[in-house]
Amino acid sequence: MDPIHQFQIVNLFPLGKFGHAEIFFTNSAAFMVLAVVLLTGFLVIGTAGGRAVPGRLQSAAELTYEFVADMLRSTAGAEGMRFFPYVFTIFMFVLLLNMFGLIPFGFTVTSHIIITATLALLVFFTVLGYGLIRHGLHFFNLFVPKGVPVYILPMIVAIEILSFISRPISHSVRLFANMLAGHIALKVFAGFIILLGGALGAIGWVGGVLPFAMIVALTALEMLVAFLQAYVFAILTCIYLNDAIHPGH
Amino acid sequence: MAESTAHTAGTEAPSGGHGGFPPFNPQTFPSQLVWLVITFVLLYALMAKWALPQVARVIENRQKRIADDFAEAERLKAQSEEALAAYEKALADARARAQAIATEEREREAAASEARHKELERALNAKLAEAEKTIAATKQAAMANVRGIAEDATRTIVERLIGTAPGDKVVADAVADALKR
Repeated sequence: MDPIHQFQIVNLFPLGKFGHAEIFFTNSAAFMVLAVVLLTGFLVIGTAGGRAVPGRLQSAAELTYEFVADMLRSTAGAEGMRFFPYVFTIFMFVLLLNMFGLIPFGFTVTSHIIITATLALLVFFTVLGYGLIRHGLHFFNLFVPKGVPVYILPMIVAIEILSFISRPISHSVRLFANMLAGHIALKVFAGFIILLGGALGAIGWVGGVLPFAMIVALTALEMLVAFLQAYVFAILTCIYLNDAIHPGH
Repeated sequence: MAESTAHTAGTEAPSGGHGGFPPFNPQTFPSQLVWLVITFVLLYALMAKWALPQVARVIENRQKRIADDFAEAERLKAQSEEALAAYEKALADARARAQAIATEEREREAAASEARHKELERALNAKLAEAEKTIAATKQAAMANVRGIAEDATRTIVERLIGTAPGDKVVADAVADALKR
C-alpha cells in the first residue's frame, strides 16, 4: 500500500566487498540480467531461421532493428551508424527496464537516479571523447554558433557550454522522474481500492471499481510513457552523438 | 494503524538505509552500479558481436534475394524480347522471300507465255504464207485454165461462124492478144 515501497532495492544475496561497499545481487540486478537474456534471446532466436518471409518473432526483431537504425540515420546521418550497436543497446535496455516496471511484482530499474545518471554520463563522455578524438580542438566549435554578432558571442558561448554540461542532468532526470511519477500514481490509485474496501466494506469494494478503471487507463498511459521515454532517451543520445560527429552548427 | 507500520517496515527493512526514499539511498548505489556495468557491457557485446550482425545478415540476404530476383526477371524479359525480335525478323524474312519467289515465278510465267505467243504467231504466219502461196498457185492454174477454155471457146465459136476450125497457133495468138488488152 505504500507507493514508495515498490522502489525498494532488495538484497537477494551478497557477492562480496568492493572497497568499503558490499556488493549484493539485488532485485534490480535480476531485472537487468533478465533484460539482457530476453533481448538477446529475442533477437537471436527470432532471426535464427533467417527466412525471407519472416514469421512474427522475426518480423518483430527486424522491426526493432530497422526502427533504431532509421532513428540513428535520420538524426546522425550515415556516419552515425558506427554507433548503431551502442544506441540500439541503450534504447532496448531502457525500453525493457521501463516495461518490466509495469508487470505486477516487477521492479523498475530506471526509476533509480543512479542508473539513469550513469547511462546519461556514459553518453556524455562518449560524445566528449569521440568528438575530441575525431575533431581535436575543433570540437569546441560546437559552442561557437556561426553568424552571431561578436558583442553577444561571449554570452552565447557561456550559455552553450552551460547547456552542454547540463545535458546529462536533464537527460537522466527526465527518464528517472517519468518512471518514478508514473509508478507512484499507479500505486496510489491501487491503494485507494484497498482503503475503500477496508473503510466501507462491501460498498467500498464496489466503489473500488472507479480507481480500478483509473489504474487500467493509467497502465495504458504508462506503457506509452515507458516507450516514449526510452525513445526520447535514445533520440537524445543520437542528437548528442550527431554533435560529436558534426560539431559545426 | 497497520498501514503506518507497513510504511516504516517497507522503507527500513531491505537495505537498512538512512535515506527514506529508496532511489536516493546511497547504500544501494554500489550494487546497482556494478550490475549496470556488468549487464550493459555484456548486452553491448552480445548485441554488437552476435545479435545485430545476425539480424543485419537476414535483412541483407532478403534484400539481396529480391535484387537477384529482379535481375533474373529483367534478364528473362530481355531474353523473351530478343526471342520475339528474332521471330519477327524470321517472319519478315520469310515474307520477303515468298514475295521474291512469287515475283520471279510471275515473270518466268509471263516470259514463257510471251514465248508461246510468239511461237504461235510465227506458226500462224507460216501457215498464212503457205496459204497465200497456194492461193497464188491456184490462181495461176486457174489463169492457165482460162487460156485453155478461151482457146477452146474461140475455136468452137470460129468453127460455128465460118465452118472451119482455125489452127491452134492462130487461136493461141489471138487469145493471148485479147488477154493482153
